[in-house]
Order: sequence, then structure tokens, then C-alpha cells
Amino acid sequence: MLKVRIKFQKYGMMKFIGHLDMMRYFQKAMRRADIDIRYSEGYSPHQIMSFAAPLGVGATSDGEYLDIEVNSTRSSREAIAALNAVMAEGVQVSQYRELPPGTKNAMSLVAAADYTVDFKEPEKNPFTLSTLREALQGFLEGQDAVLVTKQTKKGERQMDIKPLIFALGPLAAPCMEGQEEEAHPGFFLRLNTGSSDNVKPELVLTAFFDWCREQGICDISYAPAAMQVHRLEVYGRDGEGELLPLGDFGEEILS
Amino acid sequence: MREPALSDEILLNIEKPARYLGNEVNMVRKDPASVDIRFAMCFPDVYEIGMSHLGIQILYDMLNKREDTYCERVYSPWPDLHQIMKERQIPLFTLETQSPVRDMDFLGITIQYEMCYTNILQVLDLSRIPLQAKERTWEDPIVIGGGPCSYNPEPLAEFFDLFYIGEGETRYEDLLTLYKACRKADAAREEFLRKAAGIPGIYVPSLYEVSYHADGVIASFCPRFEDVPSRVEKEIVMDLGDTPYPTKPLVPFIKVTQDRVTLEIMRGCIRGCRFCQAGMLYRPTRERSLDQLKAWAHEMLKNTGHEEITLSSLSSSDYNRLKELVTFLIEEFRGKGVNISLPSLRIDAFSLDVMGQVQDVRKSSLTFAPEAGSQRLRDVINKGLTETDILEGAGAAFEGGWQKVKLYFMLGLPTENAEDISEIAHLAERIAERYYEIPKEERNGKCQITISTSFFVPKPFTPFQWAPMNRREEFKEKARQVKEDVKAQKNHKSLKYNWHEEDVTILEGVFARGDRRVAKALLRAYELGCMFDSWSEFFDNEKWLQAFADTGVSMDFYNHRERALDEILPWDFIDCGVSREFLEREWQRAREGTVTLNCRQKCSGCGAMRYQGGVCVEGKN
Repeated sequence: MLKVRIKFQKYGMMKFIGHLDMMRYFQKAMRRADIDIRYSEGYSPHQIMSFAAPLGVGATSDGEYLDIEVNSTRSSREAIAALNAVMAEGVQVSQYRELPPGTKNAMSLVAAADYTVDFKEPEKNPFTLSTLREALQGFLEGQDAVLVTKQTKKGERQMDIKPLIFALGPLAAPCMEGQEEEAHPGFFLRLNTGSSDNVKPELVLTAFFDWCREQGICDISYAPAAMQVHRLEVYGRDGEGELLPLGDFGEEILS
Repeated sequence: MREPALSDEILLNIEKPARYLGNEVNMVRKDPASVDIRFAMCFPDVYEIGMSHLGIQILYDMLNKREDTYCERVYSPWPDLHQIMKERQIPLFTLETQSPVRDMDFLGITIQYEMCYTNILQVLDLSRIPLQAKERTWEDPIVIGGGPCSYNPEPLAEFFDLFYIGEGETRYEDLLTLYKACRKADAAREEFLRKAAGIPGIYVPSLYEVSYHADGVIASFCPRFEDVPSRVEKEIVMDLGDTPYPTKPLVPFIKVTQDRVTLEIMRGCIRGCRFCQAGMLYRPTRERSLDQLKAWAHEMLKNTGHEEITLSSLSSSDYNRLKELVTFLIEEFRGKGVNISLPSLRIDAFSLDVMGQVQDVRKSSLTFAPEAGSQRLRDVINKGLTETDILEGAGAAFEGGWQKVKLYFMLGLPTENAEDISEIAHLAERIAERYYEIPKEERNGKCQITISTSFFVPKPFTPFQWAPMNRREEFKEKARQVKEDVKAQKNHKSLKYNWHEEDVTILEGVFARGDRRVAKALLRAYELGCMFDSWSEFFDNEKWLQAFADTGVSMDFYNHRERALDEILPWDFIDCGVSREFLEREWQRAREGTVTLNCRQKCSGCGAMRYQGGVCVEGKN
């Protein structure tokens, strides 16, 4: 028995496929790719598989993870090729690594995630790179707390998400010659992620846009369909408490 | 990468956007510019229902095997998206290339049940194709209908350019070749249709004229031109080993009704139940070869990754090599996490044994479809299932650990009387009593007998096609009667009764045996907002009643008359393979309560022998 961590990308039309359907998708993909996955016992055996952190519908990603258990395995290179041969357009497997015995599963390891968020229609972007940098500085440094109202099962809850924002900065639009483009900046965020105190980029940017409005910086409110959220990476904490991409907990299988 | 026809903003605000995106595993990709014919294949219901239909998958695979054709899919947009598309003037699009349906050469619509007729109008409307066939030009696709309801295409005649009568595998080659030739020669649309009428199995409604007597009955039904055939014979595949089968079926992202591999083991049915249209239409019974099915099972599970496999046919227990097939499936796949989902098999030692292997007996239920409560009425409908069969089967199952039984009946069958109805509850009671014969310490609590009744709708090409249907009040009263009878049984706490709504049945009756004149009411109903009528949350009987009132179409005329044998029926121009004489004979025998043996016991001379194959020649060569 072997534990394997798989990393994949999700883009294009696949961003509309929700988390539960992605789980079903991968269950079928494992069979198509002939991965020797382990099954539970009983009348309706299911594959031993768990996902790291659900991605919201509408978001794309370069860093999705799932863990599986296998009876036997091919090399990382061969398994990746076998999986990619049976993927739908918009899902691409980028890693397939063996986890050392005793590694916690992806779901319980998750500690942080990196995101970019962009305006889908650049002309709706009220910022330039410098105005955004200044506004974000004011938002983070000018406030002792970033209070948001979170919907929970028990009702509404006020919480301070400032300590959960590990990084929040402007992101220059890609341009030639290594210069920074002033127009159409996006956001980069590194946020606390996991089963407790999970923070989504939408929550942070809603608070930021609301703050901008109150400060009279610009008249804007967060419209989910107008923004493209993209997850770059998901992290766990290593023995020293340092953030480490989930894939780095595993090792390449050479043969 | 393909761009969706709908904006992110729309897709993020409707239910299940995956219904409209395509991109599923095994979706066929072609460059539309590289083909001569673009074909949109439509199942006029929501994606999850349409994607579960085997016939569409067969045609999708078959048409896409042609290099000159690209077949794409279309389903009915759910009401949430329907409203947005209407408001924002977004034309209906195909899933594969997200292109407007109106840009296609063909729009094929499978017509599986009467209550999807308004959805057909919805698809045409959203595609911006004129609803009336006569208003279409070469700017519109050729709209072609197929499937079981096309055996009485008349209620839909004015909305379709063509109907394909029978099994789809045989004549698309001829039709598409003709289409290409006509387009190349710059022929008029009418010319293409006229020539298409010469292809066997193809019915072009605009080329026929219907006249009516003063009492509303059809006076004549004739081709308008000499070269148009007066009868259209159904198409049928006689060598099932020789037809394409979708061994790489599409794998949807969202959960659909049939989320599994389907093996079609057989077409047709030997039983001859007199209410059953499928049992008449698909004669003679033809089996697929065991070796082919075994190979397909492997291939299809591998190509889809599905975790379940099931068998499809009208009566799987009659497949000659069922034991071998089921044993193979269990031995081959059971250990690999694949569920074997068995269709309703006749309950005997074998089926109980295999079901015990593939199901949790305590959770699963056994199904019997006696269809009628009394032996007398079962003889009338030629349902060869006796009370002894049921009690012995249920008894064996109870001994084997099962506790749940489902019973299916129909109310309103021809000649039905009060005693036939009361026998429904009695039969259920006797099954429950059989359960309680098991000593208390050996059984596992109570049993659960679920009785379901539907209302009988006489269908074309069955021996009951002349029979009057019950009225709404009769249906209501009969269901109430069963409910009371059930309550009066000693073991009523172990019995549960479900019944269908009668309003939908009444409409089904009108469209099942309607003629061209009921189209007015259908169109009006769509204008009033009727859609998704097979979904109880959307079915609006008030609107339907208004539609019939507004158009002056009488439901009673279609539902409650007993038709005379010499009346011209709207579907009489179709030759479904079973002879008129046979149906008349069976109608007579039904009224006498005489049973007709099944095809393997004795040939009843239905007419299907002319195809020289299947069960008709079994054991003879």
C-alpha cells in the first residue's frame, strides 16, 4: 500500500464544474487511466481518495491536490502520462508523487493558498498599479482590524480577518520587456486556508472594495462574476512550521 | 479552446452550468469547416434525462463515424436559463461547438414520450426556427423526428419536415447522401423533401392530405403526389451484430439519471402484452451476441471509468444466454469495484441468487409488474404472470432475506370491473401474509409492500388502440377505491400505496392517439407557458385546459370513444411490421379473455415473420 499525492490544473470551461463533480470526475478518471487505486470494503466499495481544499465554482487553478491510496504504481512520469491521456479539456495533471509513510493527508495539512484575482473586463478596473498599491497599503496598514461578517451555520459572526491575510498586493498586468505596466493591475493574495478560519479571496476583496468606497477612493463593489479568481498553489506547514507547497511533501516515483 | 455561448455572469447564476457546456470525456471534436453536414441531435428534456438515453448515444456515435458529418447535441434549457435566453435574445446552441442550432443542416429530435411535446416547441422557438415546417427555408435546418412517438407523428406533423419511422441505424446513409446531392445541385428545399419521401421509413407530413367526416373521424389520408408512397414501413435492423454501438459513450460531469455503462442485450419482446406499444413496435425479438456483449462491457468500462454497468432490453429474463452474461459480469467486474445493476428480472431461483450477490438484500426491493389485480384481467391484457408465480417468487425472496416488494399495476384497463380493482389490495395482502408465515425469530421485522398504480393510456399499434380510455373521474374514483381497499387489509401497516396524477394521463391520451388537429392545442399550450410537462413542479393543468378551450379541440373525442374497426386511424399509413389483422384478432381475444402464447412457445402470426430473423427463425437454422 502506497499513498500518492496528485496535483492538477483546472481551467477553461472546467471552472464551472463544482467540487463534488470533480471528485466524481477523478474517480472515473482513475479507472480510465488504470491506476491501481485501493477500494474500501463492503457492498458499494469506494475509492480511497481525498481532496485538499475545495475550489469555488468559477475559479481556475494551477494548484489543486488530491491524495489517493494505491496497491501498486507506475513511475510518476508514466502515471502522469496515463492520467493526462484520459483527462477532459481543462484538467491537466502536473504531479504524481509518493508520500512518505506517516504524512498527514492533504485535507488536514492545508494551511494557506495563493491566489490571483483579475477584472475580467479590464475597462471596469478603476485602479492603476500605483493607485492600487497605495489603496491596499491604506487598507492593511491604516486599519487595526479587518472586520467582516461571516455567514456560519449558527448565523452571522463578526471576525477579524487581518491576521489571516498573509499577503495582499497589487499584481502588474503581464507586459513585455520586464517593465511594470501601469494599467489593469490585478491582486495577489496569500490567505489562511483549511478547515478552521478558511478565508476566500472573495471575502478579502469584498472588504477591500467596501473600504475603498467608504474612503471615497472609488465607487466599486465586489461582483463575483466580474472577477476571475485563480488559485496558484496550496500549502501545508512542515516540521518547522514553514509553508511548503503540498506537492513538496511527496517524492517523485522514478520507476 | 472553445468559448461558451453563455457569459460567465449567466453561467454562474443558473443551476448546473455543466448542462450547457459540453466538454465531457469522449465528446467528439471536429472542425465544423471540414464537414459537409452539421447535425444537431436533440433530446427535448433536461440534460440529465437526455444524456441517459441510449438511442441518442447510438446515433451520435454512428453519425460521427462519418467523415462528412459532425453530430452535436442539444437539450432543453431548464426554465431558469429559458427565461434568460428569452429576455436576452440568446439563440439556442449546440453543446459541442456552442454554435446556434439554426446554423445546422439537420435538427434531429427524439420523441420518447407525449409529455415532451411542448419542449419540442421550446427547442424550435429558442433556436429561432419557425415552428411551422411550411414557413422554413434553407436558412433553417431540416427538422427530423424519430423515436417511439413518431409511430403516431400526426399531432406533431406541422412542426416537422420529416419523420424517421423505425430504428435509426438503417437509412441515415441514404438520407444524408440525398441531402448532399440536393444542396450541391442547389435544389429547392421542397425538392429535397419530395425526394426524401421516397426513402423507405421516411415520412414527409407536408406531402399528405387529410380530410375529415362531419363527425370528426378521418375520411381520407392520401399522398398529394403520385410519387409519394401511400404507406411508410418501419425500418428495422435485422443483424444487430453488424451495427455500430457506442463503445466510447460520453461521460457527463454532473450526475445524470443513468450514470453507468448500458449494454443493450436485445431489441423487441416475445411476450405480447396487449397494452404494450414497445412490445409490438420492435418485433421481432432480436438478440445481440454474448461474445460481443462481453467485449463491449470491457471496452465501455475502460473508456468511461463508470463504476456501474447495467443491461437494457424490454425483458432481460428472455435473453437466451442471460445466465452466462450475468455470471460473466459478476465474475469479471465485481471485484474491481464495479456495481452490477440488474434490471427487473423475473423472480426465480437464478435471479434471486445473482441479486443476492450484487445487492444488499435488506435494502433492495423486488419488483413485480402484475399490471392487473385479477387473473381474469391479466388474461385480458395477456400478461403471462400468475398469482402463483408472484407468491412463490416473493416467498423464495422472503426466505432469502428480502423484505421489500414493489408491485406495479394499471387502472383503467379495458373490461376492468370492481372485482379486478379490489384484487389489487388482496394480492398485496396475500404477499404480506406470505411474509408473516416465516417464523418471527427468522424474519427481520416488518415487510414493506409498495403498490403503485398508473392509469392506462391506449397506444397506437397495440390491440387496445381502439379502446376508450377512462375518464378523469373514473380514474380518480378507482385510485380512491384502491386506497380504501389497502387500508382495509389486515396487514395494511405493511402496505403502501402510490398513484399517479390523472390530469397528465388525460393529455397523454390525447397526444398518443391524436391527429393533426390537436396541434392547435399544443401550440396554444406552449404560448401559455407550458413546458416540462412531465415534471410535476412545472405541469400546469389549468393552462392546458385553457389551451384546449381556446382552440376548440375536444379531448373527449380522442380519449373516450370506442373506435370502430373500419375507422381510419391517424397512424394507419404506417406499417409497423405487425399486421392489422393480428391487432384486430388480439383485440377480439382480449375481450374474450383468451391468452396468446409468447413467440417462443408458439408463433401467433403477427406479421413480423416477413423480416426473416430474430425469434421468428430461432432454432430453425
